Formats: sequence, structure tokens, C-alpha cells
Amino acid sequence: MLAPITTGHYLVLSAALLLIGAVGILMRRNVVVIMMSIELILNAVNINLVAFDKYLHKLNGQIFAIFVITVAVAEAAVGLGILIALFRNKETVLVDEIDLLKW
Amino acid sequence: MSVYYTSTDHFVLLPALLLALFGCATLLFDFWVFPEAKHRRWLLIFLVLGEVFAGVAYFRQQMFLVSHGGDLSAFHGALVIDHYALFFHWIFLVTTLIVGLISYRYLEVRDEHHGEYYGLLMLAQCGMYFLASGTDLVTIFVGLETMAISFYILVGFLRSDQRSNEAALKYLLLGSFSSGFLAYGFSILYGIAGSTRLRDIAAAVSTRDAWNPILLLAMATTGVGLLFKISAAPFHMWAPDAYEGAPTTVTAFLAVGSKAASFALLLRVFIGPLGPARPSWEPLMIGAAILSMTIGNLAAVTQTNTKRLLAYSSINHAGYILLGLIAGNPTGIMGVLIYVLVYTFMNLGAFLVLTSLTRRGLAGEDINDLRGLMKKAPGHALAMLIFLVSLAGIPPTAGFLGKYFIFLSLVETGHYVLAVVGCAYVAVSIYYYFRMVKAVFVETGETDMPPLTVSFGTRVALGVTCLLTLGIGLYPEPFLRLAQLSISR
Repeated sequence: MLAPITTGHYLVLSAALLLIGAVGILMRRNVVVIMMSIELILNAVNINLVAFDKYLHKLNGQIFAIFVITVAVAEAAVGLGILIALFRNKETVLVDEIDLLKW
Repeated sequence: MSVYYTSTDHFVLLPALLLALFGCATLLFDFWVFPEAKHRRWLLIFLVLGEVFAGVAYFRQQMFLVSHGGDLSAFHGALVIDHYALFFHWIFLVTTLIVGLISYRYLEVRDEHHGEYYGLLMLAQCGMYFLASGTDLVTIFVGLETMAISFYILVGFLRSDQRSNEAALKYLLLGSFSSGFLAYGFSILYGIAGSTRLRDIAAAVSTRDAWNPILLLAMATTGVGLLFKISAAPFHMWAPDAYEGAPTTVTAFLAVGSKAASFALLLRVFIGPLGPARPSWEPLMIGAAILSMTIGNLAAVTQTNTKRLLAYSSINHAGYILLGLIAGNPTGIMGVLIYVLVYTFMNLGAFLVLTSLTRRGLAGEDINDLRGLMKKAPGHALAMLIFLVSLAGIPPTAGFLGKYFIFLSLVETGHYVLAVVGCAYVAVSIYYYFRMVKAVFVETGETDMPPLTVSFGTRVALGVTCLLTLGIGLYPEPFLRLAQLSISR
């Protein structure tokens, strides 16, 4: 018999996702992959919120999660738009080749 | 009216509604009603109209607060209008108005769209409204993102300019990274309190030890997210790039509006809900403040691009403003408010002069482009002198007043070392500000440069910023009273 999944497990999962996302943003070269890492961070937030909701028997966190998802989508849309504008001028999606301004 | 949308709710939300409405309407009008170039002027008039309506709404709120006292809470405590919020709302309003006025000619020179630009300015201001007035984590987060996403687009507004694209991309990646951290901190705060209201969170946090690991995690992620937004070191990497690549008018808006809004939120969160956890966040803030002043000052010394130089100077100013939060007594908080107010006008003014240097085929961003400004446009040159002297914090300008209260609060609370470090860095900053002054007054430029063309809007904006930068320094009483009123709870 396996032990039941508790809130603590969810929090560890979300902390791991946050870490993976942060490492991905700092280490990867491809802008699209970096944007995926940002989505990971926002999903870590969602897991947190829903886990706390289950623990506290409330709904506020789930509503917060819906807003986070909406914001993530808006951010991705704008991000891809900017990336396409850049790609038209520069033909690259690798961050180390986007070096006109000093990092 | 129902319990979900009472007349108080409407009264409180009205300015944000108006801004969102006018912002969206400007986007649509650009498309349907005024697509031709000769009608562009109407789009700017639309922005001014929107700001006037929002201003009237703010004025009515202010009158209500003055006559009834206390503050107005709406949407079951998700939004609040108090003197503190209104103080920032007025700053946002003036900033947006001035940026709108100076943008018209800049957009003409750069052959860019007008409607979308003014629409996004107002939508960004709408987001700022929720940052200063929001007292609920969801409201704050959505407001923050409304502002940030509008800014991502504005920074990348020059679509055919590679530098603008690049600046927007870097700003977007690091900005959403920080938003993610902030949201993570918010989710933990929600878990601690079981509520998204700041008031409930404050109650829950005060029952815990400041070094409680969960609270520490929430504080650290929220803190990192907010330090990113105010561009304090070591989370400042995006600022110089975004400032340099963005259209100069947007740089002004970013440096002033976005920073003021983020400070409004930072104070609300760290004085309010996280106030009881002060022992744990004070070291973080002290570190960030000292690093910001160090990196901001030392990196600014070697810059040749004026926008990049002012970016590092704004990182430096973020460090000074953080010192007020570290002191944390009423003088310190008042110092932060005064500093933000003063910083708004002197920085807007400096960027305004830089904007008017932009002519067809000339970016006007190099420090050498300032050469000989005294001969070409003495008015601009004298104004620039006032702004730079104020940025350096020399009396009798307003910049001195901001620094005075910050240092006073540090001495009052016994942070002598920080006060000395802060004072020492003022001396460093004088060097690079006066490099610009020297370029303006002493060095001579090429004589075949095209003359400055100054629009009516720029003239008005220059007059207002100049008057306030000198005025707040020479006659500070009304502004001090306003700041005092804002921190009285």
C-alpha cells in the first residue's frame, strides 16, 4: 500500500518545476525553449495554488490559477510576436546571436 | 445595484475603467475612423481627453477622501483608494500625459503608427492603477501583467529596428521570468494565509516567526520578483538593454512610470503583509540597495550612450529609494514618496531633452550628440542643466530634497554606514552627470547638424517638468504635506 499523496508532495513537485524552469531560462540558447521554461514556472505556481486549495477547501486559489493561465497565454502571444519581428530582421532565435545590445 | 458591483465599487474603479475604455477606443479609432495620416492629431487629442476624464475621476475621489477621511475599499477589499494610492495615481497620470505629448513628433520622425502607441500608453497606465490600488494578490498580479505586457510591446514598437526588437525580447524574457517568481511568491503567501487579501495575509504573517522557512521562501521569491521590476541590482540586467533599444519616449515612460508603479507595490507588500517579517527581508534589501548604488554608479561612468547612462543612473536611484524602505520609519516612507515624485519629473525632463535631439536620420543617443546644444537651443540646454543637477542631488533642485529625507531617515534609525555609503556615491554620480553637462555647454558640435524642431507639446512638457523640478526644490511645503497625508493611515 502506497502512502497517500499529500500537500507536501505537490509543493515539492512545484518547487522542482520552478527550479527546472529557472535553470532552463538561464542555460538554454533557444528563445522558444526559454519561453517554454517560463511556462514551467507559471505552471509551478498553478500547482501550488490548486494544492493549497485542496488543503484549505477553498476556491480562491483556483480562480487565481485561471488568471495565471490567461496571463501566461497573453505573455506567450506577445513573446512569439516579438520573436517573429526579430526573426524577420535577424534570422535567428538563439540568444547568444542576439547581441546587438550588450547583455 | 447588486452586491457584486455597488456604487462605491464603481466610484473607485472609474478611473481604470475610463483608461481601459479610452485605450481600447484609441486602438479601434485608429483602425476605423482615423486611418489617414492627416487625422493622427485626433488620436493624441483622444489620449489627452482620456487623461482629463481620469483626472476628474481622481479629483472626485480625492475630494471625497478629504471630506470624509479614511479610505475607500471596494470589491470586498480587492481595491482601495487612499491618499497613498492617489499620490501615485497623479504621478502616473502626469507621466502618461507628458509622454503622450512628447511622443507625437518622435513617432512622426520614426514613421511609426500613432493609434496603437497611445492606446498602449493608456492600457499600461490602467495596469499601474491596479498596482497602486490593488489590495488583493489576484488583482495585483493581473494589473502588473497588464502593465508589463503593454510595456513589452511598447519597447519593441520600432518593428523594423533590430535594436528595438532585441530590447523587447530581452525585456520580455527577463520580465516574465520575474513575474513567474513573483507569482510563485504570491501562491505561497496564499497558502500561508488561505486568502488572497493583503489584510488577511498580514494577519497570518504576524503570527509566524520571521525566519519560518515557508515564509522565507515566499518573501524571497516575492522580493526577487519585485526587485527585478524596480531594476535593482543584481536583478538589473534587463534595464540597460531595454532602455537603450526602446524608442526614447518609451524609455522615459519605462524609467518613470513602470518604476514608480513597482515601488508603489513594493511598499504596499513589504510594509503591509510582509512588515512583520522585517528581520528576514532587511538584509536582502540592504544588499540590493548597496549593490544597486555600486553597479549603477560604476557602470554609468564608462557609458557613451546617453540612454544607457540614464539606465544605470536609474538603477542607482532605485538603490537610494530602497534605502528609505530599509529605514522604514515615517520619515523614510515619506522620503520614498518624495523621491519617487521628484525622480519622475527630473528623469522625464532629461529624457524629454534627449527625445527632442532625435531628428530624421539621427538617433541623438550618443553623448556627443549633446555637443553644442547651448548654441543651438539655449532653452533646452538650461533645462538639461537643471535636470542633471537635480539627478545628482545638488540643492536647490528637487533631487536634493529626495535624498535629504532618505538620509535623514537613515540617520534617525541608526543606519549610519548606509548613510555614509549613500553620500559617497553621490560624489561619484556628479562625475558622469557633469560629463553630459560638459558636452552641452563646453564642447562644440558640428555646425551642419539639422536644427531642433520643437513641437508645442514638447514645449509644454519641458516647461512643466522644469518648473516642478525647480519648484519642488525651492518651495517643498505643499508636496511634503501631500506626502505626509499619503502615509497617514
